[in-house]
Amino acid sequence: MGRYLLQRLGQCLLLLALVSMIGFAILHLAPGGPLSQFALSSQMSQEDLDRITRQLGLDRPLLAQYLDWLWRMLRGDWGLSFRDGAPVSAVIGSHLRATFELMAVSTVIAIGLGCWIGILGAIRRYSLFDTLATIGAMVALSIPTFWFGLIAIYLFSVQLGWLPAGNRQTIGDGSPLDLLHHLIAPALVLALVETAIWARFMRSAMLEVIGQDYIRTARAKGLPERQVLRGHATRNALLPMITLAGLQFPTLLGGALVTETVFTWPGMGRLFLDSIEYRDYPVVMGILMFSAVMVLLGSLLADMLYAVADPRIRMG
Amino acid sequence: MANLQTLLDDTALVPPPAENAAWRRFRRHKLAMAGAVTITVLFLGSFFGPYLLPFDDTRIDVMHRFAWPLSGAHWLGTDELGRDILARLMMGGRISLSIGFMAMVIAVVVGTTIGTVAGYYGGIIGSLLMRFVDAVLCFPTIFLLLALAALVEPSLVSMTLLVAATAWMSVARIVEGQIRSLREQDYAVAAKAMGASDWRVMVRSLLPNAMAAIVVAATLNVAKAILLESYVSFLGYGIQPPVASWGNMLNNAQIYLTSAPWLAILPGLAITLAVTSFNFIGDGLRDALDPRMDIR
Repeated sequence: MGRYLLQRLGQCLLLLALVSMIGFAILHLAPGGPLSQFALSSQMSQEDLDRITRQLGLDRPLLAQYLDWLWRMLRGDWGLSFRDGAPVSAVIGSHLRATFELMAVSTVIAIGLGCWIGILGAIRRYSLFDTLATIGAMVALSIPTFWFGLIAIYLFSVQLGWLPAGNRQTIGDGSPLDLLHHLIAPALVLALVETAIWARFMRSAMLEVIGQDYIRTARAKGLPERQVLRGHATRNALLPMITLAGLQFPTLLGGALVTETVFTWPGMGRLFLDSIEYRDYPVVMGILMFSAVMVLLGSLLADMLYAVADPRIRMG
Repeated sequence: MANLQTLLDDTALVPPPAENAAWRRFRRHKLAMAGAVTITVLFLGSFFGPYLLPFDDTRIDVMHRFAWPLSGAHWLGTDELGRDILARLMMGGRISLSIGFMAMVIAVVVGTTIGTVAGYYGGIIGSLLMRFVDAVLCFPTIFLLLALAALVEPSLVSMTLLVAATAWMSVARIVEGQIRSLREQDYAVAAKAMGASDWRVMVRSLLPNAMAAIVVAATLNVAKAILLESYVSFLGYGIQPPVASWGNMLNNAQIYLTSAPWLAILPGLAITLAVTSFNFIGDGLRDALDPRMDIR
């Protein structure tokens, strides 16, 4: 286990090195550098532009810039934002909480609802419920999240007036109840796609388990059906879901970005878009790296948990 | 030897007897058939519909701004500049569907090539290519696409290329897995033993057998590409107005949500309809082409 863990960690580090090179290359090789936003400004002379370029270190060779960035990143220095000179780690840190709140609540909703729909669908395979759930999941996966957000705002904010149309809290109010009130709509919107994915996986995992010999044995020895399904089938079918939680992370993060833009949610997605708009390369790079680390950690953690939960899996 | 070679080619090229059975299975899949019909209608409507409409999609008519759907001459109403929504939905459909299709074609060609080479040769080339794929997949697709789209001059061609650039990795992964297992099959080993070149084995023996998986991945990719394009255009980094796309029609919709909700509802319905249809077709193809293939 220890050796396997080390091996996996080594692979992750190699991947991260590759990821950083790709991210760096994308940002710096694309036309229109950080200064292109000033290109049309008449108050900026060429000397001004050159001076800013030198100050930001953008005049040096790309490889030197990359190695410099990498070296500082390894020592925990994520650089300074081009926009306001604040440390990138602080900028990202201040937006992290809102995003994680959104993702956590959505995931809880999605896992609960998705597993329930999936299990029920598998038990009553080809019933009306199962058919509707299968079709519903496919449609849910096809609805553009941002559009679903718009529709939710139209229904629940404009028409019914039940929920606020955006933001994380009312200005001047920050009570838990107010925060929760603002969280409901974006969390449900983000949970839609996630629920569909969980329901589909849960259904097929459950169907696979129900076909196993030990389920037949349990039935044969006269256990009540309820106990067979609850004690034997569901518990075993839930195991592979651990892996899904890890693999689902990139989709969840991407979905959070989309949801945040519609609900003006002050999280990482919003920050990412603003930083792109301002060509704030250190922040964009920081967010890209941060999300890559989270994605890798997610899949690593899922594998470890799976090994702990399922004694049949041995890591060697 | 020459005879053996032709014999070998023939066996590789004999259409699988399941072909008709596959079509039968696909036709039985009601949702997939409904999807196929819907896509056909959307295509015909988008490409021929504009010739039948009395309104041009970019004609501004300030006297008839914000006309409600079904309220007058404009069947689906007008937008904030008095442009006919139906005409814009049709022209937008051309753009969105074309990007979806073209991006899929590019993604499938690139992904299949890289996946085949990586799966066939394995070793250092294979693992280098696949680690590159893994690395790109570490970025959530949306993050990668937005970072690229914001830095590049937006146009139909650049949008297509960018969406393809963020979609080929999943195809590469699927194809690599298929080819790696097919490579060990008797017919591939036999072809190799009879002196067929690597290229010949890949193209004539392995790829035809991986086709089912590729076709399914391609169909699901169209759906994904349409979704990605719509989101990027919605944020203003994609197709630029006055050219319509389903995504950029939603651009200003949020501002007018209170007074003109149809501006938000209609284009989103078009996207959902198209994406759902492609997803159902993909599902039907999966069932039809390989009954053993498990759902994802």
